[in-house]
Amino acid sequence: MAMTRKQKRISIILGLGVVLAIAATLILTALRDQIVFFYSPTEIAENGIAPGTPIRLGGLVKDASWRQDGETNIFVVTDGAREMEARYVGILPDLFREGQGVVAEGEIQADGTFMANNVLAKHDETYMPREVAATLQDEGLWRPEVEEEPAP
Amino acid sequence: MIVEFGHYAFVLAFVLALAQCAVGFLAWRTEGRAVRFVQNAAILQFLLVGLAFAALAQAFMVSDFSVKLVYEHSHSLQPMLYKFTSVWGNHEGSMMLFVLILVLFGALVAVFGRGLPPSLHTLVLACQGVLVAAFSGFTLFTSNPFWRLNPAPFEGSELNPVLQDIGLAVHPPLLYLGYVGFSICFAFAVAALISGRIDAAWARWVRPWTLASWSFLTLGIAMGSYWAYYELGWGGWWFWDPVENASFMPWLAGTALLHSAIVMEKRNALKIWTIFLAIITFSLSLLGTFLVRSGVLTSVHSFASDPTRGIVILAMLAVLIGAAFTLFALRAGALRAGGLFAPVSREGALVLNNLFLSTAAAAVLVGTLYPLVLEALTGARITVGAPFFDLTFGALMVPLLLLIPFGPLLAWKRGDLAGVTQRLLFAIIATLVLAVLVFAFLGFPVSMAPIGLAIGIWVMVGSLVEIWERAAFRKAGLAQGWRRLKGLPRTVYSTAFAHFGVGMTVIGIVCATAYQTEIVTAMQPGQTMQLAGYAVTYDSEHNLEGPNYVAERGTFTIGAPWGGERPLTSERRVYPASGTPTTEAGINTYGLSQVYVQFGERFGENARVVRLWHKPLVLLIWLGPVVMALAGFYSLLDRRIRVGAPQPARRREEEAQAAQ
Repeated sequence: MAMTRKQKRISIILGLGVVLAIAATLILTALRDQIVFFYSPTEIAENGIAPGTPIRLGGLVKDASWRQDGETNIFVVTDGAREMEARYVGILPDLFREGQGVVAEGEIQADGTFMANNVLAKHDETYMPREVAATLQDEGLWRPEVEEEPAP
Repeated sequence: MIVEFGHYAFVLAFVLALAQCAVGFLAWRTEGRAVRFVQNAAILQFLLVGLAFAALAQAFMVSDFSVKLVYEHSHSLQPMLYKFTSVWGNHEGSMMLFVLILVLFGALVAVFGRGLPPSLHTLVLACQGVLVAAFSGFTLFTSNPFWRLNPAPFEGSELNPVLQDIGLAVHPPLLYLGYVGFSICFAFAVAALISGRIDAAWARWVRPWTLASWSFLTLGIAMGSYWAYYELGWGGWWFWDPVENASFMPWLAGTALLHSAIVMEKRNALKIWTIFLAIITFSLSLLGTFLVRSGVLTSVHSFASDPTRGIVILAMLAVLIGAAFTLFALRAGALRAGGLFAPVSREGALVLNNLFLSTAAAAVLVGTLYPLVLEALTGARITVGAPFFDLTFGALMVPLLLLIPFGPLLAWKRGDLAGVTQRLLFAIIATLVLAVLVFAFLGFPVSMAPIGLAIGIWVMVGSLVEIWERAAFRKAGLAQGWRRLKGLPRTVYSTAFAHFGVGMTVIGIVCATAYQTEIVTAMQPGQTMQLAGYAVTYDSEHNLEGPNYVAERGTFTIGAPWGGERPLTSERRVYPASGTPTTEAGINTYGLSQVYVQFGERFGENARVVRLWHKPLVLLIWLGPVVMALAGFYSLLDRRIRVGAPQPARRREEEAQAAQ
């Protein structure tokens, strides 16, 4: 069966269209289901996030709040206004420190604490996660100019 | 003084680049002095930027802290290698490296492009001049690495300790060679649009540059991934992080370009698409530069980023890409459609390849930029994480991987799918047998992983079918088959081995993801843990002092399942100059598998929290890209696509006769 020039074109374009449509559906579905929202403790309290929803929790690690229970790390994330207890099983990133910014990925538990399955670290020691910086600015806790290095 | 000299050379290079594009665009139709000026300007720029770079490197090597950049990013106690790599371990210096590689490619085109039609050659160099002027101007005016400090401090700060690794010597230069190499394809595309000459010959000239850039980018990404794997210390090798995506998008587009250029060269088809891809690939490289340099997206890998300069890069990006696409919109309509082909044909297969690769690049782009768009529109702060990319990218790759072995076997114009399937019968059977063996060995676990393994095996076995067929050992006998193998064009081998490398990577990814064992526990000295058949014993810890850090080192003994013990050390370091802690993971390699130990915080009196991984066949993840890149370099040696537009054999013979 020899196809005409037109038929060849149409069959190729149809094939491309089908694949593109499938891909677009896939991307849109995934964008709806697979994205993770970032919240500060205050936003969690205000928005009433359901336990079990994967989210990112960001803020400062409250001073003197970090302790260990077996392999579990327990610490408090604060944004100045409200705070939330977080747990993480495993080894915290090198740059995890009390008083510093932190982003934890995980779920809120039924008891209102946060179970992290990932705590994010950064290469940069002067780093403040962008979302955390924005949150803290909202709460008036962090002013960028304080972070500037003193002149040599 | 040397630094001022370098600064001056860099300014000269900037001015020369301006002259190069002005003269190039004005005089591209002519031949003679103007053309020679453009070529010499490109070569001279390389020398000048080379001098400037050497001057900066010298300042770092001798720890000249009167240079602000050296003060901020180096320390006199750093080992010599890291003093040198500090040159590009920061924003200003990495822009210098970017410009250095840009002018290197410009000079290479000037030297090796003499076989090109003069008008095209001049136009390409003029376009390259625009890029050099833009980026050296950006470096000079917003990120000048040559600024001095007065008075000069006695001691510097420090290169970010995470970057104090051999990885910094390898990864950024390779990555930039890839990124920036695509600027040549971009310049060729723009030049072709301006001159209106877009044909098979154009594709033949562009292909070696595409191949070289692609091979470097492949290596660069793989080396970066391995570096992150052992240096970040969390056992991961790919995080779908914005910075990783920034390098991966040009790779996907570049891979598509590599394949569509073949169709254009052989069949004079897909012309508009190939030009489009050439522009898109470099645009994605620029977008990547913007994402990495500006820090607009939260990334685990970014360092020394500066949002204010990001705006300037964004503006440059808009102008350069905008101009290229305007030109494309104006001129693409004038291109005549090329050769026709049936849906089932080599061209058809390559179109499918392009479709899947570019859709995958689009999916990665959407996932990377969506948080930015959503925050701008609604203020919601979100993360598009690994699940999104695994789902979309994974789903797009499966059909592509399944199709890989078919492509090289299909005939041009009209292919015979049934015939090709028949020829692949052996590969299909081999895949099934191997897959069943592997499944049986693994105890038939019910998950996606065995399917992934089967796909990997299929790609590897299927890639070698063409070589096997061409040799025709059964028909021609061993000796004749061997002679045939030796006579095969290099491109046949490189295609087969590059695809083979893809299969290796797939298997590595599947095994290291699905079959890894991970244990997080507190261990007392002397205690032994069982890890996937390996006996991991925590022996002791002690403190030690490095050249510019202090460390707590844990010593372990790893007993392999087949007997034999090997020591392993893992460290937690603190670099006093900046007070930064880092983790040095302990890794023992067994064949292609690895045992990976992360030494954690103290727990109780003597114990330590440790994280242990067994990662089967994990090395394949990076060996695959190495094979791909080597295959790319190998095909560059093929006479037919050698850099510098080879002359047809007939013409050379004629010239030889004329000479006689």
